[in-house]
Amino acid sequence: MTEVTSLSDAVAEIVHDGDAVAIEGFTHLIPFAAGHEILRQERRDLELIRMTPDILYDQMIGMGAARRLVFSYGGNPGVGSLHRFRDAVEHEWPHAIELEEHSHAGMANRYAAGAARMPFAVMRGYVGTDLAPRTQVKPITCPFTGEELVAVPALRPDVAIVHAQEADREGNVQLWGIPGVQKEAVLAADRALVTVERIVDELKPRPGGVVIPSWVIDAVAEAPGGSQPSYSLDITTRDNDFYRRWDKLSRDRDEFQAWMREHVLEPTKDVASR
Amino acid sequence: MTATNEQATSGEVQTVVAARRLEHAKSVFIGVGRPSTAAILARMVHNPHLVLVYESGTIGAKPFHIPLSIGDGELAETADAVVSVPEMFNYWIGPGRVEVAFLGAAQVDRLGNLNSTVIGDYEHPKTRLPGAGGAPEIAACCQEVVVIAPHSPRTFVERLDFRTTVGFGDGPGDRERLGFRGRGPTAVVTDLGVLEPDPDTRELTLTQIHNGIEADQVREATGWDLRVAGDLLHTPPPTDEELSALRELLAR
Repeated sequence: MTEVTSLSDAVAEIVHDGDAVAIEGFTHLIPFAAGHEILRQERRDLELIRMTPDILYDQMIGMGAARRLVFSYGGNPGVGSLHRFRDAVEHEWPHAIELEEHSHAGMANRYAAGAARMPFAVMRGYVGTDLAPRTQVKPITCPFTGEELVAVPALRPDVAIVHAQEADREGNVQLWGIPGVQKEAVLAADRALVTVERIVDELKPRPGGVVIPSWVIDAVAEAPGGSQPSYSLDITTRDNDFYRRWDKLSRDRDEFQAWMREHVLEPTKDVASR
Repeated sequence: MTATNEQATSGEVQTVVAARRLEHAKSVFIGVGRPSTAAILARMVHNPHLVLVYESGTIGAKPFHIPLSIGDGELAETADAVVSVPEMFNYWIGPGRVEVAFLGAAQVDRLGNLNSTVIGDYEHPKTRLPGAGGAPEIAACCQEVVVIAPHSPRTFVERLDFRTTVGFGDGPGDRERLGFRGRGPTAVVTDLGVLEPDPDTRELTLTQIHNGIEADQVREATGWDLRVAGDLLHTPPPTDEELSALRELLAR
C-alpha cells in the first residue's frame, strides 16, 4: 500500500547505498527532483539504470553517485554529448564507471520481462553488431520454428522511480503523454517511488492515460515542477534552453560542481527542483 | 523573403535532397536534427500525408516547429497515437511497419555500416559517443534506411571503430544471413552529394553530386577509395518553394 509522504522521507526509506536504481521517463516526465534528493542524501555506489541517461544521470555520475551505468543512449537529446558521462568514461572522473549498454529495443524488452517476472525476453536484434559480444545477450532458437533469435535478461532493479502528473490521496497514479517505459520499470522493480506534480481528490481518466494502482507503489511524493527541465505534459513545458545551456556549463568540472552546489545541494527557495 | 537558388547553402541542399526521398513514402522514422527538419519539410512540400514516427512513441506527429528532442510536447499533442517504448519497438519497428528510416552516425563505412558508440578503443575510448539508441533494430527492420551525415574523411571511414548498426555487414548476402527484414541503406545523403549501394557489391558509390561540387572533391572527403558512377547525376537545385518552406520552417 502506498504512503503519500515527503520526497525526502520517501528517498530516505526507499533508496539505499549500493542499490540498482532505475529512474525512467523517456524525454518526458524525467524525475529530476527525486534524483536531486538522492544526491542531497549522498547515496553512493549506485547501479544507475536508464534507457536515456539525459542531464539527470549526467549530474548523478558527475557527483560520483554511480558505480555502474546500464543504458542505451547517453546523449543530450538534440544538443550533443553528456560531458560528465564522457568524463567518467574517458578520464575516470570523478571515478571509473562500469558500463553495460544495450539498444533501446533491448532495454525496453528487458524491462517488460522484469515486469512479467520472466527470466528473459526474446527479440530480433544485436546480431552482426560489435555490441553483441560486449553486453548481456545470448542466441536462442525458437522451439516452434527453429528461427534463431536473441534473448536479453530481465531487468529487476531494486528501486524504480518515475514522475507522473497526478496521484489521488490513496496513492493511485495517472500519467499521460509520452508513456516511455515507466509502467514497466515500476512493475519490474522491488520497490517503487512515484513523484507527482499534484495530489488530487479524484483521478479523471485522460486520453492515453496510464494508471498505476497504489498497491504496486511503495511511496508517492508531491514534487511540483519535479520533472523540470524536462516536462510534464499539460502542466510544465520542456526547458529546451536549459538543455542547450547544460552543454556549456557541464563541460568544466569546477563550473559543474559549483552549479550543482548552488542549485541542487544547497538550494535556495524556488530552484530546488532544477 | 524571396528565396533564390544561388543562396542555398550546402546544408540546405542536403536537407532538401533528404526530404525529396520521402515524396512517395507512407511513413518515416526520424531522430532529431537534420533528419527531423527534412521530414517536416517533406510533409510541407512533397508529401502532406507522410506519417512521422519518433522513437519516443509518437506515431503520426505533425509538428509545426522543429523539435529539439524526440519527446517534445508538440509531438505527443499532434500525434495520431502515442505508445510506450516496448510497444514502439515490438509492434511497430520490429515487424517492419515503418517504411523509411532516417539515421545519422559519427562514422559510416563503405558497406553502410554505422558507428555511434565510440571513437577509439571500446574499453578506453578517445571519444565516448551516445551509443546505439534505437538504431540497430530500426536499421534491421525498417524497409529502407537513408543515412544523413556530413561529408568528411572523419565520418566516411575505411574501417569503423565500432559497428553499432549493420548496413550491409561484410557484403552481399549478409543481411539475409542475419535475418534482417529491411533492404538496408538505399542512400547516404551528405552535404556534397548522394551515395548509393552498388546493386552487386553493395559498396557505397557516388551517384549524385550537388550544384557546384566536383566528384574529386567528394573523393577527397571520403576515407576510402570512393567509386563514382559512370552516369553521375547532378542534384536539381532546391526550388523556390522548397527553399522558402525550409527557411520559413527554420525561422518558426
